[in-house]
Parts: sequence; structure tokens; C-alpha cells
Amino acid sequence: MTDDDLVFRALADPTRRLLLDQLFERDGRTLTELESQLEMTRFGVMKHLRILEDAGLVVTRRSGREKLHFLNPVPIRLIHDRWIDKYTEHRVSALAELKTQLEETA
Amino acid sequence: MTTITEVQTTQVYQVFIKATPEAIWDAITKPEFTSKYFFGSEIESTFEPGARYVQWAPEREREWVEGEIVESDPPRRLVHTWLSLWDDDQGREQPSRVTWEIDAGDDGVSLLTVVHDRLEDAPKTAASVSGGWMRILSGLKTLLETGEPL
Repeated sequence: MTDDDLVFRALADPTRRLLLDQLFERDGRTLTELESQLEMTRFGVMKHLRILEDAGLVVTRRSGREKLHFLNPVPIRLIHDRWIDKYTEHRVSALAELKTQLEETA
Repeated sequence: MTTITEVQTTQVYQVFIKATPEAIWDAITKPEFTSKYFFGSEIESTFEPGARYVQWAPEREREWVEGEIVESDPPRRLVHTWLSLWDDDQGREQPSRVTWEIDAGDDGVSLLTVVHDRLEDAPKTAASVSGGWMRILSGLKTLLETGEPL
């Protein structure tokens, strides 16, 4: 699987998206904190976190005795820069041209 | 729940780059590289502990970021303080800290981690840089892997 495949696979699950949303709201959480927000076993949450980590969307750092989970938005940005931009560039530049034309005639 | 106030003030960004640690170090520390992915800004520092760290706005019109080198271990680790000067409100906040870590992989792919922390007394800076770092790291990866800026 490519890096992009891992990111798309990780995002294709509502629980994992919920975990990312939780970290977006407040970053640097422990497994216990993340688990307390979900109706799921600790093992289940760990499995989801592992898939998010493999995709690079979650990064863990140690802080004293605790392992903290951080949201890493860079892989999503990479997909944005490589995929979304590719398809929207044309439309955006068409709009920019339209704006220039309209402003010139105004 | 006691660590929340502390941890909220840490941001972590990570990206795999198909490049050697030396190439990544150069891209972080040389102005001809930073101008291509760091919002056009040029870096200036001797990268010796205690030295000034400056990110100049394009054309050196003004300083965008000012700090001091805390630790420098080329091509593995760079730590410096960070004071955002592109916005007056942020400029009045306390300096925060940026740590660059470069880990070499065995397949020619290195892992770059940027930790921006000590943002306790710089909430405006924390909000302002969060979108910037991912754009910077995406641009840095593209530049090193393709030779072209984003």
C-alpha cells in the first residue's frame, strides 16, 4: 500500500474520524482520555489508533510517564496539495480570469 | 486530567521525506531553500547555540520570526526559540520553542518531526502557526523530492 492508500483507508471509518476530531479539539491526549469518549473497549480503540499511526495521522510522544497522542495533519495536507489542487486549479484559474476580465471592463 | 493545560500547548508535525538527513538539514538551514517553501522567507543564523535565528520576509522587508538557537546537532536535531513578528499581537507574546528532529531510515527515507511547544504564553501564535506548519512541511517534502517548489 502507498502512503496515500494508508491515509484513505484510515479515514474511511467513522470511529477513526471521531478520534481525529477529538484530537483536533484538544491535542496531546492519553489512550485513557480518548477511550473515555467512545463506547468501545480499550483494545478496540488501540487498534484504531494503530491504523491512524500507520497512516501518519496520529503521532505519539512520551511526556513523563504518559504516552500522548497528537494529530498530525501533514498527510492530509499532502493529499490536498497533490490531489485536490490538481483538480481545482483549473476552475480556480478560470475564476481568477473572470474576475480580471470583469474588473477590467468595470 | 492534570496535564491538559500543558499538552494543549504542544503541536507535533511529522513527514517522511525521500532524502538524506544532510539534505533535509540544508533545506532547513539555508535561505536559498527556505525561500522556496517557508512562505518565501529567508532564514539567517550561524546555528550555534546562543546565536540569533531570523526568518526574513521576502526581500528582507521585515523580520517575520525571531529566536535564539538552543541546540544544534547537524544533521539530526535543531532547537530554537520562536517569536512571531508578522503580527504585532503575536510579537507581544512570550517566545515559544521549535524542535526539528531528523531520523534516517534504512531505505533512503528520513522522518522529519517538528515539535512546536512552550506555547503556554503564546495562544495567538499557537493558533496562527497551526495551519502554517503543515503547509511548510508539505512544501519542504515536495521541494526535496521533486526539486520544484509547490
